[in-house]
Amino acid sequence: MNTRPIVAASPEALQIVTFDAAMEARIAELLPRYPTRRAAILPVLWLCQERFGWISPGVVAAVAARLGEAPAFVEGVVSFYTMYQTAPPARYVLQVCTTLSCAWCGGRELVAHLKERLGISFGEITPDGTFQLVGVQCLGACGQAPVIQINDDYYENLDIAKLDAILDELAGRS
Amino acid sequence: MEPVLLRARGVPDSRSIATYLAAGGYEGWKKALGMGPDAVTKEVLDSELRGRGGAGFPTGRKWSFVPKDHPGPRYLVCNADESEPGTFKDREIIEYDPHQVVEGVAIASFAIKANTAYIYIRGEFARWAKILEDAIAEARQRGFLGKNIMGSSFDLDIWVHRGAGAYICGEETALLESIEGKRGFPRLKPPFPAVVGVFGKPTVINNVETLACVPHIIVRGAAWFSSIGRPKNTGPKLFCVSGHVNRPGVFELPLGVTFREIIEEHAGGVRGGRKLKAFFPGGSSAPILTADEVDTGADFDACAAAGTMLGSGGVIVFDDTVDMVEVADNVAHFYAHESCGQCTPCREGSDWCMDILDRIVAGHGRPADPDTLLRICRFSSAGMTICPLGDAFALPISSIVNKYRSEFERRIAAATPLPQKKQPVLPWAGPRPGFGI
Repeated sequence: MNTRPIVAASPEALQIVTFDAAMEARIAELLPRYPTRRAAILPVLWLCQERFGWISPGVVAAVAARLGEAPAFVEGVVSFYTMYQTAPPARYVLQVCTTLSCAWCGGRELVAHLKERLGISFGEITPDGTFQLVGVQCLGACGQAPVIQINDDYYENLDIAKLDAILDELAGRS
Repeated sequence: MEPVLLRARGVPDSRSIATYLAAGGYEGWKKALGMGPDAVTKEVLDSELRGRGGAGFPTGRKWSFVPKDHPGPRYLVCNADESEPGTFKDREIIEYDPHQVVEGVAIASFAIKANTAYIYIRGEFARWAKILEDAIAEARQRGFLGKNIMGSSFDLDIWVHRGAGAYICGEETALLESIEGKRGFPRLKPPFPAVVGVFGKPTVINNVETLACVPHIIVRGAAWFSSIGRPKNTGPKLFCVSGHVNRPGVFELPLGVTFREIIEEHAGGVRGGRKLKAFFPGGSSAPILTADEVDTGADFDACAAAGTMLGSGGVIVFDDTVDMVEVADNVAHFYAHESCGQCTPCREGSDWCMDILDRIVAGHGRPADPDTLLRICRFSSAGMTICPLGDAFALPISSIVNKYRSEFERRIAAATPLPQKKQPVLPWAGPRPGFGI
């Protein structure tokens, strides 16, 4: 699989955010889908995360200004949903499913292996910024347990050897 | 039985509209436009189709609750949030046959006279959201969506709306809040969404699998559909089997087969020649069943009679090596993480259960713990919370404590006191490092 690395903008670059023409065009496409501007908050945040890698306070302010909301309201939305990143992520975010079927079909062994191989715990990033380890709840692919989502892609029916091969490839590429 | 919802699985290029049309796709949509909204609703009502998302409410009746004389817009929402642990059927439908979903959404929208439909899909399913968007674009290009569809003067737009990581948004009113661009806090009912739904307008919310049944009902008739399964539990159902079985996967079977048939015949039995210990019959929110209860029928009413629920059809199988205290702990972690935090019994109760179970697993259980868990669960279920998440953690945890109490007691008998150090008084979530946990 050809998982694209996340390219996260620096906190400095995201202090004050303005949307360029390309971004404005995509927002303009979204707005007519809903009767309120507020309803575009989630999709616009997705656009921002795609573009900048994460949602900084500057991004929150820009989204709020564009959609006519208070920054606090947008911040409230961002903090509710687990997938909006509120700090610069690593290039590859390893989201390991820790729920029932995955946990009992090899997921716990994968977690132990990842922690040892990468030398980090859940929520941490390797010093070179390549990998971030996150424990997540059910990814909805229980028949293919154990499952890890790396950035947007699902990697299924894993074992330690397969996982090592994937990490080697991703680390080599970056 | 012949596959209905999964007939495209394994067919080459099954996602394209050409393949779908060659298999008789969009015939139901054409027929429905000729029948008129009331006849479509009547056909679905007669088929006795019940919602496949978990609650099993009759779909036709749900549609009929939309006020007939409402002047303004109304909406159809397809729930593709699929977050219940053990459930992976909607993804299978979208993966192989996205047009089936688009056609079902179109017919249901027509039945309730909605000109806008949203498909709400969980944020993690980026790939499947794209598959749906491509299918919608194809359908629009062929004139099955858009303005004045096939000369019927009916207009319909379908939009895919991605969630962003929140189990609770599978609950229908939280889902509506999320479409509106807010935190996913469930709403009090009544008013029900059929009267006051998304953007304050009448809204019907149906699961992906429910809507995928609809084109088949229109084409082949209500009598054909209700001939499958059992009385009041009609039609094909997708069962997702995961955990300790030889062939995990999605199986399409008539409602009313037994869990023994599902696990032993279709999923190839418990793997490694081990014995079955327990299974969740319908996702992790359903009370657990023991190996002795494996002959329970897999339909809405038989599950209810057995004190559990069919839920989403997510069958999670555990073999005899599994420690049920750890299962309860895993379940508690899930719900403590996913509680939205609006209602005290659910927010605090799920956290307390998690803390107690963590402590038992760490070898520091106390004799009063099983009863404390049961008391917390009782306090959080049966209408004590706005939405069913309170029950969703309380029922499985209390069922595990009740059915496997000796395992708890054995651990507690061997437990050591917790080392005396300062313990936090209240659980503290702390700052989120992102991507959950």
